[in-house]
Amino acid sequence: MATLEQLTRDARALAAGEPLTEPESEVSRQMQICNACRYCEGFCAVFPAMTRRLEFAKADIHFLANLCHNCGACLHACQYAPPHEFAINVPRAMARVRGQTYADFAWPAPLGRLYQRAGLTLALALAVSLALFLALAAATQHPRSGAGLASGGNAPGSFYNVFPHNLLVGMFAPVMLFVMSALAIGVWRFWQQITPATSGAALTLPPAAEAAGNALRLKYLDGGHGEGCHNADDAYTLWRRRAHHATFYGFMLCFAATSVATLYHYLFGWVAPYNLPSLPKLLGVAGGVLLCVGTAGLWQLHRRRHPLLTEPAQAPMDLGFIALLFLTSSSGLALWLCRSTPAMTPVLCLHLGAVMALFITMPYGKFAHGVFRSAALLRHAVERRQPNRIGLGED
Amino acid sequence: METDVLVIGGGNAALCAALMAAEAGARVLLLEAAPREWRGGNSAHTRNLRCMHDAPQDVLTGRYDEEEYWQDLLKVTGGQTDEHLARLVIRASGTCRPWMRQHGVHFQPSLSGALHTARTNAFFMGGGKALVNAYYRSAEALGVRVRYQTPVDRIELADGRFLAAYCGGERIAARSCVLAAGGFESNREWLRDAWGQNARGEWPAEQFLIRGTRFNQGTLLRHLLDDHGADRIGDPTQAHMVAIDARAPLYDGGICTRIDCVSLGVVVNRDGERFYDEGEDFWPKRYAIWGRLVAQQPGQIAYSIIDANAIGRFMPPVFPGIRAESLPDLAQQIGVDVATFTRTLAEYNAACRVGSFDHTALDDCHTESLSPAKTHWARPIDTPPFYAYAVRPGVTFTYLGLKTDETAAVRFGGKPSRNLFVAGEMMAGNVLGKGYTAGVGMSIGTAFGRIAGTQAARAAVNSSMGGEHGNA
Repeated sequence: MATLEQLTRDARALAAGEPLTEPESEVSRQMQICNACRYCEGFCAVFPAMTRRLEFAKADIHFLANLCHNCGACLHACQYAPPHEFAINVPRAMARVRGQTYADFAWPAPLGRLYQRAGLTLALALAVSLALFLALAAATQHPRSGAGLASGGNAPGSFYNVFPHNLLVGMFAPVMLFVMSALAIGVWRFWQQITPATSGAALTLPPAAEAAGNALRLKYLDGGHGEGCHNADDAYTLWRRRAHHATFYGFMLCFAATSVATLYHYLFGWVAPYNLPSLPKLLGVAGGVLLCVGTAGLWQLHRRRHPLLTEPAQAPMDLGFIALLFLTSSSGLALWLCRSTPAMTPVLCLHLGAVMALFITMPYGKFAHGVFRSAALLRHAVERRQPNRIGLGED
Repeated sequence: METDVLVIGGGNAALCAALMAAEAGARVLLLEAAPREWRGGNSAHTRNLRCMHDAPQDVLTGRYDEEEYWQDLLKVTGGQTDEHLARLVIRASGTCRPWMRQHGVHFQPSLSGALHTARTNAFFMGGGKALVNAYYRSAEALGVRVRYQTPVDRIELADGRFLAAYCGGERIAARSCVLAAGGFESNREWLRDAWGQNARGEWPAEQFLIRGTRFNQGTLLRHLLDDHGADRIGDPTQAHMVAIDARAPLYDGGICTRIDCVSLGVVVNRDGERFYDEGEDFWPKRYAIWGRLVAQQPGQIAYSIIDANAIGRFMPPVFPGIRAESLPDLAQQIGVDVATFTRTLAEYNAACRVGSFDHTALDDCHTESLSPAKTHWARPIDTPPFYAYAVRPGVTFTYLGLKTDETAAVRFGGKPSRNLFVAGEMMAGNVLGKGYTAGVGMSIGTAFGRIAGTQAARAAVNSSMGGEHGNA
């Protein structure tokens, strides 16, 4: 145990020695003031984690920034918020550092720069993917006899008449593999950095279960009292939490639909398209609708969000991601509706282009927030269980 | 739109009055002197309410009954209180929280670093500004009209009966009125005059910092006392005063500028001398006397000195301390005579009788043959690095106010007004003649705000039924 503590101290000292960036210094300044006040302790995980520290080194700042859910409760409750000269705005200060951590921990490192132009990256990815699928479609559809690349053996209305199954697998599988690796490497590096700063103790089942529960329920968008977080003003609202739930669970249902369909294809040889009431279709339609509704809600909420709670530089990243998710889900639903019409091919290209763009930008856009925040929640659940090194006499 | 009840002020007491009056069906207009972003006065800086309770309740542990609360109040005020009104506040504190919740206030368990208050004080989740925000939302939902940046400079009375308030040239009439516009702590000239000149020729109040709002200028308080001859209570030099970081902003430094390491070290004045027992009692029971103690020192400044052993044992201060590897170096950095300072510290260190140090108990570490003694937590200050925090008196709120009774009525020549009421800091001196204990200001404001609102609504109904309202 002593060696672990020694390692922790060494790592902290090393991290403490690293100069802070401007957004990091700002978080450190604000946390110093918050730590002398502590009124916001009941809102979320950030403030209880803060009280376990007297100083805020780089790793502490990265950890706290990713633990923050930008619920806004501490801004509206803050006696030191602008126009006070202390100018405390924890949600915005944390958002700036979060954006920086996504870029800093990105793999491969040079691609981290894509975060700075997340909007442009997304638009380019979408345009290129669309063009790619349209060109492919044009190439495969050319021989009208149906004797081209696409096999005529598929059912009418089958996407495989446009793009053969193996072609799609050949395109998406490597991209998926790359995306998963890039995200995993990025979050692993983040984990390595914040672990020594969060007690160094190993992750065990109880904290993992707690963190998973907090992530899946979006515990920290409930305001600490269950009435929700802030959006346009100082009133509490549950709509942000609900819209995020619809988006996340919609996404997961779509993912489940694809996974089930893959099993059908390879295990049972049941080839798409699947019709209602098949499982992939049910999951896909439910997921698509939820995703559409959720992203539309998030977009509306984003538009009405209190100006002090937004970080203007990150708006393209946030809105771009929401828009792409909406495009993916709505084009997916449209595809189902127009499967037997001539619109099928262009809509299919649109859908596949959107999905491809979504995938390839995942490690370099807003999607990363889920991965990094989950890591921070896990470390918080671990740290919370360790004895507090700071014993204030009055307690 | 006609106004039944006019509430002057925009903090906790004013909002409680407005909410109660609106709930009683009155048409309420609330005038807040500050712009919206600074609304709420000192209430925005508060964090809890001292509550009596006979058994554990949600965020409150154990039992804190009326008698114990009363004894605590009696002790800190040295008897300068009105037992009848004090007990009324205490009893109200035991029953007001469900009502507060109805209006959107959330409570949270005692904060880390303040667990000593878990039995006596109910903390507002997010602090006082969250409470103020909730009350404004609830008030607006109940139809209370709120005007910001509307400081009232005088009121019109006839035979002790309220007719109208004036804001600049604008006359605002109402059937009844609640005054809840705060003390005069933000008025530095008034503070200067009240504290006067000391034997050293200094004007001590010139060095005071104001922990809260800049909008409590005491305009209405002075107007009522001087121009209308309202019955007064309290001494203008009495206030809730704390020793705070000398680098705190002049206004609105709030809670975070407190220096909580006093009992872990020694405190010297500008001349390098100690002047009071730093270990007399637990810091939460003593922090409220140190503002006055420092105000009595030359230059109204003092330095809290600790060594490495104290680090991590007190609420982290908002600004970093002045740090030195040796005591003479520390003296030099804070500009205190090195010889006197090192002698004071050497005498203190030599006088320490260290038993078993325990900051959570009144331990047996004390000094012997030292004046003033340090009676607990006395450990030699000998482990570098050493830290110094310069402290100045920080005024939270003043106790000079309007005399009142259990109906919250303003009184003129011993006679209660029929339609003019008072709540909050403008009358807190009735209960708090001197001293302070955490959370009692909010208890007074909530209790009397609610009484004043109810009485004002009743007075408005009576006046309209009696057809007396002909001045609008």
